[in-house]
Amino acid sequence: MKLAISCQGTKLTDAVDTRFGRAANFLLYDTETKEVSVIPNTQNLQAAQGAGIQSGMTVAKSGAEAIITGHCGPKAFRVLQEGNVKIYLTDNTGSVADAIQLWEDGKLQSITSADVDGHWL
Amino acid sequence: MKIAVASGKGGTGKTTVSLALAEVLGTKGLLLDCDVEEPNCHLFFQMPADKTTPVTVKIPSFNQDLCIGCHQCSDFCAFNAIANIGKKLLIFPELCHSCGGCAYLCPTKAIQEIDHKIGVLEYRKKGSVELITGIMDVGNIIAVPIIHQVIAQADSHRTTILDSPPGTACPMVNTIRDADFVILVTEPTPFGLYDLQLAQDTLEAMNIPSGVIINRADDSCADVEAFCKSRNIDVLMKIPFSKKIATGYSNGDSLLTSAPELKPKFTQLLQKLGGL
Repeated sequence: MKLAISCQGTKLTDAVDTRFGRAANFLLYDTETKEVSVIPNTQNLQAAQGAGIQSGMTVAKSGAEAIITGHCGPKAFRVLQEGNVKIYLTDNTGSVADAIQLWEDGKLQSITSADVDGHWL
Repeated sequence: MKIAVASGKGGTGKTTVSLALAEVLGTKGLLLDCDVEEPNCHLFFQMPADKTTPVTVKIPSFNQDLCIGCHQCSDFCAFNAIANIGKKLLIFPELCHSCGGCAYLCPTKAIQEIDHKIGVLEYRKKGSVELITGIMDVGNIIAVPIIHQVIAQADSHRTTILDSPPGTACPMVNTIRDADFVILVTEPTPFGLYDLQLAQDTLEAMNIPSGVIINRADDSCADVEAFCKSRNIDVLMKIPFSKKIATGYSNGDSLLTSAPELKPKFTQLLQKLGGL
């Protein structure tokens, strides 16, 4: 399966971006082939509003079945849920590789509602 | 004519001045409370509204059966108010700016525009003073369409007083943009002066003539007066810093009820501006 991770950089050794809507990039990790591809999120980084919604669409369209990020607001949650993408949160600000390891070890819990409030602009 | 009362800093006395102007105008005037996020002119009327009408904007409504998943709607939406996932579509009305682009572009008419209530207008008349108040619904974030609806109630036969929201952002700009003259109400404090400068900068950029009323005026008005001189704008009036006025205000009395001696000054001001 494909796993998306919000990331401050473009490599597995780069840090997790704890922001979802305004993450710098998403890394798409294939759990079988271990291949990694980068989905830039520059456009949403600069959006005046609705960045979480757009990022949610980006991740859903990428084919990812799950996302690891730091926080998820109510609008992004609705979009990801509609796209059948499971959401795992980590407060670990270490590397993406570390986060994937935690996920593979079953140490990350998936969430059933947004963990932060929405913000307007 | 339209006279807007604005300030920059909040709490300087916009409503106090707006009400005084409306009281002097009587049947020749109309008071519009454009501070739709926190209107307060009606507090001085101490009566329920005579009439309430809804303010609506257009938002998209979605018929999934007709959607072909082309995503033109969400690609177009500059405000990210629509999300497409395959043929599923999520609408976030609170982000929508009612441009209608999604419904226009939809090739199968899966998107139609429907009315969405975002606030109300309240109508009051007490004695000869008529007030229309715009009030934004709790949970809504877009004030400007309500402000436009309030201002649309103005008529050309009467002098309209627009009580503006504070600040210099979209709500203030949309209140004053069609005004013939803007009265800036300030107070003789560093905060009042700083925000007065921002407000005057805005008015100069918009090419709208203005003058200043100093409220709670004491013996420390020199900085405000020097600023007004440097920008070539008149100090139209000083309202004294007085316990009598403050006590009246806290009891819900208008300025001219607690300090009737100021009425000739407001009459002269309106005559000077051409509103009376």
